[in-house]
Amino acid sequence: MRALEPWVAAPLETFIAESSARLILLMTTSGQVIAQHGFSRSLEVMTAAALGAAIVASTEEIARLTGTSRFGAVIHGGNRQSCMLAAFGTPRGRWIGLVVFGTETSVGIVQLFFDRMVEELVSAAPREQPPPPLLAENFENELNTSLKELFGR
Amino acid sequence: MTTAAAALERVTQVPGVRGSLLISGTDGLVVAERLMDGIDGRAVAALAASLVQRLGRATTGAGMRAPTFVHLRGDSGSVLAAPGGDDLVLVAVVEPNGNLGLARIEMLDAVGRLS
Repeated sequence: MRALEPWVAAPLETFIAESSARLILLMTTSGQVIAQHGFSRSLEVMTAAALGAAIVASTEEIARLTGTSRFGAVIHGGNRQSCMLAAFGTPRGRWIGLVVFGTETSVGIVQLFFDRMVEELVSAAPREQPPPPLLAENFENELNTSLKELFGR
Repeated sequence: MTTAAAALERVTQVPGVRGSLLISGTDGLVVAERLMDGIDGRAVAALAASLVQRLGRATTGAGMRAPTFVHLRGDSGSVLAAPGGDDLVLVAVVEPNGNLGLARIEMLDAVGRLS
């Protein structure tokens, strides 16, 4: 498990241990990666973050169009692996969690401990101003820097 | 009243039963519930389903059949689970002085009717 911000590590480690999730990616709604577990290549993280952020943006737009409040989570059930995507508010802005889990656990367990992780993240988050939105000209540099930190190279 | 609601009604009428739920055994999600305040149905469903699944794997691994009834006893009460057909599990949360024997009979009867 690797996290860009140290206060994210403990709640995330607890979630990984309790839920038996295979992969997890925490990111901002703009696709900036905060932490990851289980991914072996930075390209996979970049792709998953971009797709995850796009899916959440799409579902939030569908919710707006249909006049409902935001959807809590999107779950894709599979025979061998399933995927949960959920957006949540933190003092550092709106984040997204992407979780891939197998048949050794269940969607109920993943959702239960994901919600607990969110509570822990919200209470552990430093109460300072959230970072400013990324500018397009800085995005690539920021992305490369965060991927280097997440993969230790 | 649906069959599921009737089953939950019968189980919760047993003295000492604080609530009952019908859950999906694979997903650990609540299908129907009848709970007193202060019981987190979602947590009970997720954890009870996990317990039943793991016990099923353990007994199968040991060459035995999957359990037909699970009783998890703690200091402040018990969790009872009765796996049924269609991947459903009937779960009850019982106080320490609750009538566990009657709860067991009602749950097994209810699960039989649900299948």
